Amino acid sequence: MAMEAVEIERLIKEGLPDAEVHIDDLRGDGDHYAARVISKSFIGKNRVQQHQMVYAALKGSMDQELHALGLQTSIPEDA
Amino acid sequence: MSDNPVFDRIKEEITTNDVVLFMKGNPMFPQCGFSATVVGVLTHLQVKFKGVDILQDDELREGIKAYSSWPTIPQLYVKGEFIGGCDIIREMFEAGELQNLLGDKAIAFSEA
Repeated sequence: MAMEAVEIERLIKEGLPDAEVHIDDLRGDGDHYAARVISKSFIGKNRVQQHQMVYAALKGSMDQELHALGLQTSIPEDA
Repeated sequence: MSDNPVFDRIKEEITTNDVVLFMKGNPMFPQCGFSATVVGVLTHLQVKFKGVDILQDDELREGIKAYSSWPTIPQLYVKGEFIGGCDIIREMFEAGELQNLLGDKAIAFSEA
Protein backbone atom coordinates (compact mmCIF):
# COMPACT_ATOMS: atom_id res chain seq x y z
CA MET A 1 0.00 0.00 0.00
CA ALA A 2 2.94 2.32 0.51
CA MET A 3 4.09 4.84 -2.01
CA GLU A 4 7.42 6.65 -2.31
CA ALA A 5 7.52 10.40 -1.71
CA VAL A 6 9.42 10.91 -4.99
CA GLU A 7 6.63 9.13 -6.84
CA ILE A 8 4.00 11.43 -5.30
CA GLU A 9 6.10 14.45 -6.25
CA ARG A 10 6.58 13.14 -9.80
CA LEU A 11 2.83 12.62 -10.32
CA ILE A 12 1.95 16.05 -8.96
CA LYS A 13 4.53 17.74 -11.19
CA GLU A 14 3.33 15.77 -14.18
CA GLY A 15 -0.18 17.14 -13.65
CA LEU A 16 0.90 20.63 -12.55
CA PRO A 17 4.22 21.29 -14.30
CA ASP A 18 4.96 24.64 -12.60
CA ALA A 19 4.26 23.30 -9.10
CA GLU A 20 6.67 23.57 -6.23
CA VAL A 21 6.14 20.46 -4.13
CA HIS A 22 7.29 19.74 -0.57
CA ILE A 23 6.58 16.34 0.90
CA ASP A 24 7.02 15.18 4.49
CA ASP A 25 6.78 11.53 5.43
CA LEU A 26 4.91 12.02 8.69
CA ARG A 27 5.57 8.68 10.28
CA GLY A 28 8.42 7.37 8.19
CA ASP A 29 6.19 4.49 7.09
CA GLY A 30 5.67 5.53 3.47
CA ASP A 31 1.93 5.70 4.07
CA HIS A 32 1.24 9.00 5.82
CA TYR A 33 2.44 12.07 3.98
CA ALA A 34 1.88 15.78 4.13
CA ALA A 35 2.29 17.67 0.88
CA ARG A 36 2.54 21.40 0.30
CA VAL A 37 1.90 22.35 -3.29
CA ILE A 38 2.49 25.83 -4.66
CA SER A 39 1.35 26.55 -8.20
CA LYS A 40 0.18 29.43 -10.37
CA SER A 41 -2.51 27.18 -11.81
CA PHE A 42 -4.38 27.59 -8.49
CA ILE A 43 -5.07 31.25 -9.23
CA GLY A 44 -8.79 31.91 -9.28
CA LYS A 45 -9.65 28.51 -7.81
CA ASN A 46 -11.10 27.92 -4.37
CA ARG A 47 -9.50 25.46 -1.95
CA VAL A 48 -11.72 22.57 -2.94
CA GLN A 49 -10.87 23.09 -6.62
CA GLN A 50 -7.15 23.39 -5.80
CA HIS A 51 -7.15 20.12 -3.89
CA GLN A 52 -9.19 18.46 -6.65
CA MET A 53 -6.48 19.48 -9.14
CA VAL A 54 -3.82 17.78 -7.00
CA TYR A 55 -5.99 14.68 -6.55
CA ALA A 56 -6.52 14.59 -10.32
CA ALA A 57 -2.75 14.69 -10.83
CA LEU A 58 -2.40 11.76 -8.44
CA LYS A 59 -4.97 9.90 -10.52
CA GLY A 60 -6.18 6.85 -8.63
CA SER A 61 -3.35 6.81 -6.12
CA MET A 62 -5.35 8.44 -3.38
CA ASP A 63 -7.17 5.81 -1.38
CA GLN A 64 -5.58 2.99 -3.37
CA GLU A 65 -1.93 3.30 -2.40
CA LEU A 66 -2.12 6.28 -0.12
CA HIS A 67 -4.14 6.23 3.03
CA ALA A 68 -3.28 9.69 4.15
CA LEU A 69 -2.02 12.69 2.30
CA GLY A 70 -2.38 15.92 4.20
CA LEU A 71 -2.67 18.62 1.60
CA GLN A 72 -1.96 22.31 1.70
CA THR A 73 -2.19 24.30 -1.52
CA SER A 74 -1.17 27.88 -2.24
CA ILE A 75 -0.34 30.37 -4.96
CA PRO A 76 3.23 31.69 -5.34
CA GLU A 77 3.68 35.07 -3.69
CA ASP A 78 5.08 36.70 -6.80
CA ALA A 79 2.19 35.55 -9.02
CA MET B 1 -33.54 10.37 -10.93
CA SER B 2 -29.89 10.59 -11.91
CA ASP B 3 -27.83 7.88 -13.60
CA ASN B 4 -26.42 6.70 -10.32
CA PRO B 5 -29.12 5.76 -7.77
CA VAL B 6 -26.79 6.44 -4.84
CA PHE B 7 -26.49 10.07 -6.01
CA ASP B 8 -30.21 10.50 -5.30
CA ARG B 9 -29.69 9.25 -1.75
CA ILE B 10 -26.79 11.65 -1.26
CA LYS B 11 -28.79 14.56 -2.66
CA GLU B 12 -31.63 13.66 -0.30
CA GLU B 13 -29.26 13.67 2.72
CA ILE B 14 -27.63 17.00 1.93
CA THR B 15 -30.84 18.80 1.09
CA THR B 16 -32.87 17.61 4.07
CA ASN B 17 -30.07 18.29 6.58
CA ASP B 18 -28.33 21.67 6.82
CA VAL B 19 -24.98 20.24 7.91
CA VAL B 20 -23.96 16.71 6.94
CA LEU B 21 -20.65 15.01 7.64
CA PHE B 22 -19.90 11.86 5.65
CA MET B 23 -17.46 10.12 7.94
CA LYS B 24 -15.92 6.88 9.16
CA GLY B 25 -17.74 5.84 12.30
CA ASN B 26 -20.33 8.01 14.02
CA PRO B 27 -19.93 11.35 15.82
CA MET B 28 -19.72 9.60 19.21
CA PHE B 29 -17.15 7.07 18.00
CA PRO B 30 -15.22 8.24 14.95
CA GLN B 31 -13.22 5.37 13.42
CA CYS B 32 -10.53 7.55 11.87
CA GLY B 33 -8.44 10.47 13.09
CA PHE B 34 -9.42 12.68 10.16
CA SER B 35 -13.12 12.15 10.79
CA ALA B 36 -12.52 12.78 14.50
CA THR B 37 -10.83 16.10 13.72
CA VAL B 38 -13.84 17.41 11.80
CA VAL B 39 -16.26 16.14 14.46
CA GLY B 40 -14.07 18.00 16.98
CA VAL B 41 -14.31 21.27 15.06
CA LEU B 42 -18.10 21.01 14.65
CA THR B 43 -18.55 20.04 18.29
CA HIS B 44 -16.35 22.92 19.42
CA LEU B 45 -18.51 25.32 17.41
CA GLN B 46 -21.66 23.64 18.77
CA VAL B 47 -22.96 23.09 15.26
CA LYS B 48 -25.85 20.67 14.96
CA PHE B 49 -24.94 18.16 12.24
CA LYS B 50 -25.85 14.77 10.91
CA GLY B 51 -23.04 12.21 10.76
CA VAL B 52 -23.37 9.59 8.04
CA ASP B 53 -21.21 6.51 8.62
CA ILE B 54 -19.93 5.40 5.23
CA LEU B 55 -18.32 2.30 6.75
CA GLN B 56 -21.83 0.84 7.05
CA ASP B 57 -22.53 1.16 3.36
CA ASP B 58 -20.06 0.38 0.55
CA GLU B 59 -22.31 1.81 -2.13
CA LEU B 60 -22.44 5.13 -0.31
CA ARG B 61 -18.71 5.00 0.42
CA GLU B 62 -17.87 4.87 -3.30
CA GLY B 63 -20.82 7.03 -4.31
CA ILE B 64 -19.88 10.02 -2.18
CA LYS B 65 -16.37 10.08 -3.65
CA ALA B 66 -17.76 10.23 -7.17
CA TYR B 67 -20.48 12.70 -6.21
CA SER B 68 -18.01 15.21 -4.75
CA SER B 69 -15.06 14.38 -7.05
CA TRP B 70 -13.19 13.96 -3.80
CA PRO B 71 -11.25 10.77 -3.07
CA THR B 72 -11.18 10.82 0.71
CA ILE B 73 -13.45 10.73 3.76
CA PRO B 74 -14.53 12.81 5.75
CA GLN B 75 -16.52 15.19 3.59
CA LEU B 76 -18.51 18.10 4.98
CA TYR B 77 -21.61 19.50 3.32
CA VAL B 78 -23.36 22.69 4.40
CA LYS B 79 -26.73 23.56 2.84
CA GLY B 80 -26.10 21.16 -0.01
CA GLU B 81 -22.65 22.52 -0.83
CA PHE B 82 -19.43 20.53 -0.51
CA ILE B 83 -17.13 22.52 1.78
CA GLY B 84 -14.13 20.24 2.06
CA GLY B 85 -12.30 17.42 3.75
CA CYS B 86 -10.30 17.36 6.96
CA ASP B 87 -7.41 19.62 5.88
CA ILE B 88 -9.67 22.30 4.42
CA ILE B 89 -12.06 22.30 7.38
CA ARG B 90 -9.19 22.64 9.85
CA GLU B 91 -7.55 25.39 7.79
CA MET B 92 -10.86 27.27 7.46
CA PHE B 93 -11.62 26.89 11.16
CA GLU B 94 -8.20 28.22 12.19
CA ALA B 95 -8.56 31.18 9.83
CA GLY B 96 -12.11 31.93 11.03
CA GLU B 97 -13.44 31.28 7.52
CA LEU B 98 -15.59 28.34 8.58
CA GLN B 99 -17.30 30.53 11.15
CA ASN B 100 -17.94 33.17 8.45
CA LEU B 101 -19.34 30.54 6.12
CA LEU B 102 -21.68 29.17 8.80
CA GLY B 103 -22.81 32.72 9.52
CA ASP B 104 -23.40 33.44 5.82
CA LYS B 105 -25.45 30.28 5.48
CA ALA B 106 -27.44 31.06 8.63
CA ILE B 107 -26.27 27.96 10.52
CA ALA B 108 -26.36 28.38 14.31
CA PHE B 109 -22.99 28.02 16.03
CA SER B 110 -21.19 29.29 19.10
CA GLU B 111 -17.54 30.01 19.76
CA ALA B 112 -17.94 30.04 23.51
